[in-house]
Amino acid sequence: MSRGSISVSQLSVAYDHHAALRGIDGCFEAGSMTAVVGPNGAGKSTLIKALVGILRPASGRIMRQDIVAKDVAYLPQAAEIDRTFPISVGDTVMLGAWRHTGAFGAATRNVATRTEEALAAVGLEGVGRRHIGSLSAGQFQRVLFARLLLQDAPVIILDEPFTAIDNRTTQDLLDLIRRWHGERRTIIAVLHDFDQVRANFPRALLLAREQIAWGPTEEAMSAANLLRARAMAERWEDEANMLGRRAVA
Amino acid sequence: MTFYALLVAPFVEYGFMRRALVACLALGIGSGPIGVLLMLRRMSLVGDAMSHAILPGAAVGFLVAGLSLPAMGIGGMVAGLAVALLSGLVSRTTILREDASFASFYLASLALGVLIVSLRGSNIDLLHVLFGTILAIDDEALYLIASITSGTAIVLALVYRPLVVECFDPGFLRSVGGRGSLYHLLFLFLVVANLVAAFQALGTLMAVGLMMLPASVARLWATTLPAMMAVAAGVAVLSGFIGLVTSFHVSLASGPAIVLTASLFYFASLLVGRGGLAHRMISRPRFVG
Repeated sequence: MSRGSISVSQLSVAYDHHAALRGIDGCFEAGSMTAVVGPNGAGKSTLIKALVGILRPASGRIMRQDIVAKDVAYLPQAAEIDRTFPISVGDTVMLGAWRHTGAFGAATRNVATRTEEALAAVGLEGVGRRHIGSLSAGQFQRVLFARLLLQDAPVIILDEPFTAIDNRTTQDLLDLIRRWHGERRTIIAVLHDFDQVRANFPRALLLAREQIAWGPTEEAMSAANLLRARAMAERWEDEANMLGRRAVA
Repeated sequence: MTFYALLVAPFVEYGFMRRALVACLALGIGSGPIGVLLMLRRMSLVGDAMSHAILPGAAVGFLVAGLSLPAMGIGGMVAGLAVALLSGLVSRTTILREDASFASFYLASLALGVLIVSLRGSNIDLLHVLFGTILAIDDEALYLIASITSGTAIVLALVYRPLVVECFDPGFLRSVGGRGSLYHLLFLFLVVANLVAAFQALGTLMAVGLMMLPASVARLWATTLPAMMAVAAGVAVLSGFIGLVTSFHVSLASGPAIVLTASLFYFASLLVGRGGLAHRMISRPRFVG
């Protein structure tokens, strides 16, 4: 399944008229596997949200090739989901079949079978009836990956999939991502662990509120580029501190 | 006093008690599940604010048609929806958060409502508007309440899935192309409609009583959403029954008796419910050394 490239041209995204990200230019090729990296506040999640369609670009364009919005499966940051919500593991995974069930359609036996298979594939056989609140952070992330399995989308976008997740789970889920890559799906993931990115992701996009580098991981994450990103981050942190001090005074 | 005389006779002998009981039954079935969803959306206080926001509309209805429940109902509906939409708008366009704008709007509408009622009505009328007249519910009002709550149950059944997902994981719903804000609006509409129904019985100040208290009780006992909705509806209906019987035998005001009964359920559940104090004290892991 090698379809689904997403290209962006001169993309800028703003919150409350302040540019959070500007001048992003390039292409996530069909079947490519790209890590989005950068310092805190660099606009990584902002870019992801724009790609998924949750945020509207302030200027520039996002062009999807051969796919529609529904062909993009999205894993939000863990903090954006209420894990105390009274819903079962099985129902959560089953949401992945939204393309078939829609808002009103019935969940068929086929969907139920695929739900069980997906849970088994992430190492959580037989927990379908449990409440999500009873799972650990790692187990819950496995559940969300099972939902992605059910979505069966040509493009998969992950926002910090391994933050606060135990090592074992991270390894298992990385295996799953590599499998998706092998199936020629397009993968875009926001990550923090540089070693993990270098070991697993062929391409990287380095952000610092603008595009520092985009290309093969070793080139994009060269020492010079990382230094430049850090310098820019220090500058906007200083600015924020100055503004804060002025607001207090 | 026999069991029959205590629990059944009041409803057999008096038509107004029967109608009040049916009203409580209908309100419980509509308000219980709506309250659970409000609570899960962390909008409990918004429900409270909206019930006050209904007042000026109801007051205008009163000004035009006297103590006519349909007129006051329609007025309340319009005012409630207007406040819900306006505070959403204010929070999107200014730096005020939604709860702050709700608080401002509801204070303004409460004051405006009381002012309008006292333009023409007596203090008794004002009491009726503020605290409801569950024992004076006539057939017309009963039909209105029953239609609103039946409609609520049907709509909830239809939009259950998107409503739940919009609350649980809104980012996911948007990413699969679901129109979250549409369901949010529909939900707000249901909240206002149910408050208008409860307003007839419990008045603008206690209309949320059968919505939020049973929801909190349900949260302390049930773990799945359908069970929570069932428990909430059951507690609301039971509170109505016990409150009515008590107010009948001891000559208490019936609206407050109903809401206080629901409060008692709440406090008891706080102590002995699954998610309550006693449960936590017993199951807390103990560290030694």
